[in-house]
Amino acid sequence: MARQGRSGETKMEGELLALTYGAVVARVLKDYERTDEVNAQLDKMGYNIGVRIIDDFLAKNRHGRCKNMQETAEAIQSAFKQYINVQPQVGKWNDAQNSFSLTLDTNPLTSFVELPAELSRLYYCQLFCGIIRGALEMVQLETKVQIVADNLKGSNVTEIRISFVKKLVDALPVGED
Amino acid sequence: MSRDETKSILERSLSKGNQEYSLSLYTLLFAEMVRYCQDRANSLDDVADMLAEMGKDVGWRSIDLLYHREKKNKRDNKILDILLFIKKTLWTKLFGKEADKLEQAADDPRNYYVIEKEPIICKYISNPKDKSSLNCAAFAGGVIEATLCAGGFPCKVTTHWHKGTTFMIQFDESVVDREKV
Repeated sequence: MARQGRSGETKMEGELLALTYGAVVARVLKDYERTDEVNAQLDKMGYNIGVRIIDDFLAKNRHGRCKNMQETAEAIQSAFKQYINVQPQVGKWNDAQNSFSLTLDTNPLTSFVELPAELSRLYYCQLFCGIIRGALEMVQLETKVQIVADNLKGSNVTEIRISFVKKLVDALPVGED
Repeated sequence: MSRDETKSILERSLSKGNQEYSLSLYTLLFAEMVRYCQDRANSLDDVADMLAEMGKDVGWRSIDLLYHREKKNKRDNKILDILLFIKKTLWTKLFGKEADKLEQAADDPRNYYVIEKEPIICKYISNPKDKSSLNCAAFAGGVIEATLCAGGFPCKVTTHWHKGTTFMIQFDESVVDREKV
């Protein structure tokens, strides 16, 4: 049921998202032979979504700039809550405090999914990685995002590992100092 | 939840379908699908066909789910009943509202129309002038077609711009004959 939530967010209820994403993955699997290429394609689609969804997120939340990775992690956590109504756990920080894991107990994208054994190398939720990477790139953070545990492959949770790579610097236009 | 993980998906209890997600995320995903199809299609008709194919994937899966969940496993076997099921139950569960209108063609007993003024999934997709014939609601057309076919009503669904978006349903001859008995 579509309804207007807080912060001008229209909410939908039901499984259209999961079913539609399933149709997308099925289509991409049909179009590409190699599983790596399928993963890359899903990641690319996610990236394109991420690049655009960050505007939506910033416009609706009046979020200030994150000063460190901890704040970034919290922002991503609240974004998950806002967009798919799932609250991931943030944890497993490394010593340098620039790499962490998001753990999802339930994964709304996989509610009807069973992965056949021959697709063991498919990252079904690679879309999430692309979205996070794309969105962070737009706030000048280059990151590496990957799935390290997958609830479709016998794990209880979905774990997404996010590592900070470098800060992107705005290049000055030629002729300006 | 964790206990269920070891069972296969068919043995797990059916979710209640009250997951919530944001429309912005969905429309962005949908826009990405349209772009994906555009990159691979030769003509605008191809794009619409590819979108309809994906819609069918969704349709095949939703019919069983919805009859099981909403109608206590009782299937509809009359044309009017299944069309009302589409207009009300299917549309509400997928798109959050009932479809605007359901009409029967005056000239042909096989033709019916489902009319939706502004499909929610296309809310943020604007058609450039040179591509104005493309209607991304073809996706929803695919959902309708697969739902009807899976329900035992073979038909063809096409999507048009007419008083908003119109899905034209043309039933197979056999369906109309069966109805007369």
